[in-house]
Amino acid sequence: MKNKSLISINDYTPEELLKIIDIAGEFEKNSVQDILKGKVIATLFFEPSTRTRLSFESAVNRLGGRIIGFTDASSSSVKKGESLKDTIRTVSNYCDLIVMRHPLEGSARYASEVATVPVINAGDGANQHPTQCLLDLFSIKKTQGTLENLNIFLVGDLKYGRTVHSLLMAMSNFNPTFNFISPDELKIPDEYKLFLDNKGIKYYEHSDFSEIILRADIVYMTRIQKERFSDPMEYEKVKNSYVLNNDMLTGTKENLKILHPLPRVNEISEDVDENEKAYYFTQALNGVFTRQAIISSILGLK
Amino acid sequence: MTDKRILSVTAIKDGTVIDHIPAKSLFKVISILELDTLNTQMTFGTNFNSKKLGRKALIKISNKFFKDEEIDKIALVAPDAKLNIIKDYQVVEKREVEVPDKIVGIVKCMNPNCVTNNEKVVTKFDVVSKKDVALKCCYCEKITDQEHLKII
Ligand SMILES: [Zn+2]
Repeated sequence: MKNKSLISINDYTPEELLKIIDIAGEFEKNSVQDILKGKVIATLFFEPSTRTRLSFESAVNRLGGRIIGFTDASSSSVKKGESLKDTIRTVSNYCDLIVMRHPLEGSARYASEVATVPVINAGDGANQHPTQCLLDLFSIKKTQGTLENLNIFLVGDLKYGRTVHSLLMAMSNFNPTFNFISPDELKIPDEYKLFLDNKGIKYYEHSDFSEIILRADIVYMTRIQKERFSDPMEYEKVKNSYVLNNDMLTGTKENLKILHPLPRVNEISEDVDENEKAYYFTQALNGVFTRQAIISSILGLK
Repeated sequence: MTDKRILSVTAIKDGTVIDHIPAKSLFKVISILELDTLNTQMTFGTNFNSKKLGRKALIKISNKFFKDEEIDKIALVAPDAKLNIIKDYQVVEKREVEVPDKIVGIVKCMNPNCVTNNEKVVTKFDVVSKKDVALKCCYCEKITDQEHLKII
């Protein structure tokens, strides 16, 4: 993985995914080290994403690295019309690694072709967000002890949710069963069902999950955004069908954990927060360890 | 009769005849093969009747022989195209075209939010289906299908 950019979750083999998860486990035990001393990491956020940026910066700072960069495109030369290529080429001279967030899909792949240092994709439009996916995998492995043979419930916006798509692709290496729960307008796209069919992976589609949740090992909740509906009435009708509350967790499996990429709006009631099956805040903390693992293995330090 | 007269007028000694091009794709084929940059003799014919294609077009190019990877690109717009390689007025070889595994340039990614439609980036696709052509963009990872396929 040394010097290899991380653009799409599919860039890593199942073995490499597991390797990163193991290293993240080491950082969890000891997340303050000096291994990035003398290294400069550029965080180029062409669109703001405070949550992701802070997680990366925390990861780097705790390992003794330094950070340069910008937090949104309006304060950079991009605003003056500089091409992405020129920005990336220039910044390559100043750092050992680029972390990049950009609103255009495919921008990170392109950046990795023109950069002279490795690039980590921190989100390219609606396309990929591989570090989020790796932290999801780390969270699943940590709470379940394995990634193999799990029953995974994906709930909410399964059409546009890129975290859901990446998780589906990555988990497919580990013989899961998927349950997709979404309103009709936001169903999982056919291309992913085709992918699962080809791999011989079982999946089921539902429009409601209050009954079947008893079988779940992982429930991965996502936000349903009003803008996604062509008919606002439709949104009003379905919005409360995809809300998880504490009562629904009665009788669920011991090992069940609730995940959410955050920020949430109302899809998980606050009464779930104190339930020991709620895992979304710890999940966010796991993001720091996972990003430490990714950065240090790309820089050849782990 | 008419067909025969056209053929005799444009018979070539050495070169390539590309037949069975859908009439609507003639100019796309010309552009994909960059025929406008050649300075050899060429004949273009179009709107001939064809049982299979309705209306077909045909191109005759003197003293030009294509490499497989050059000619296979036209399979995107003329999947039934047939090539006759002519040497000394004789057809010495016939071949068909096949959609290649990778496409660089030529096609526009159908995703308006793709980096290739917003920065100066040459498009690049993996061909995921050859029959009903489906191209996966190597940048945004979205599929461009036959219906939305636009030649740059
Ligand atoms: Zn694209």
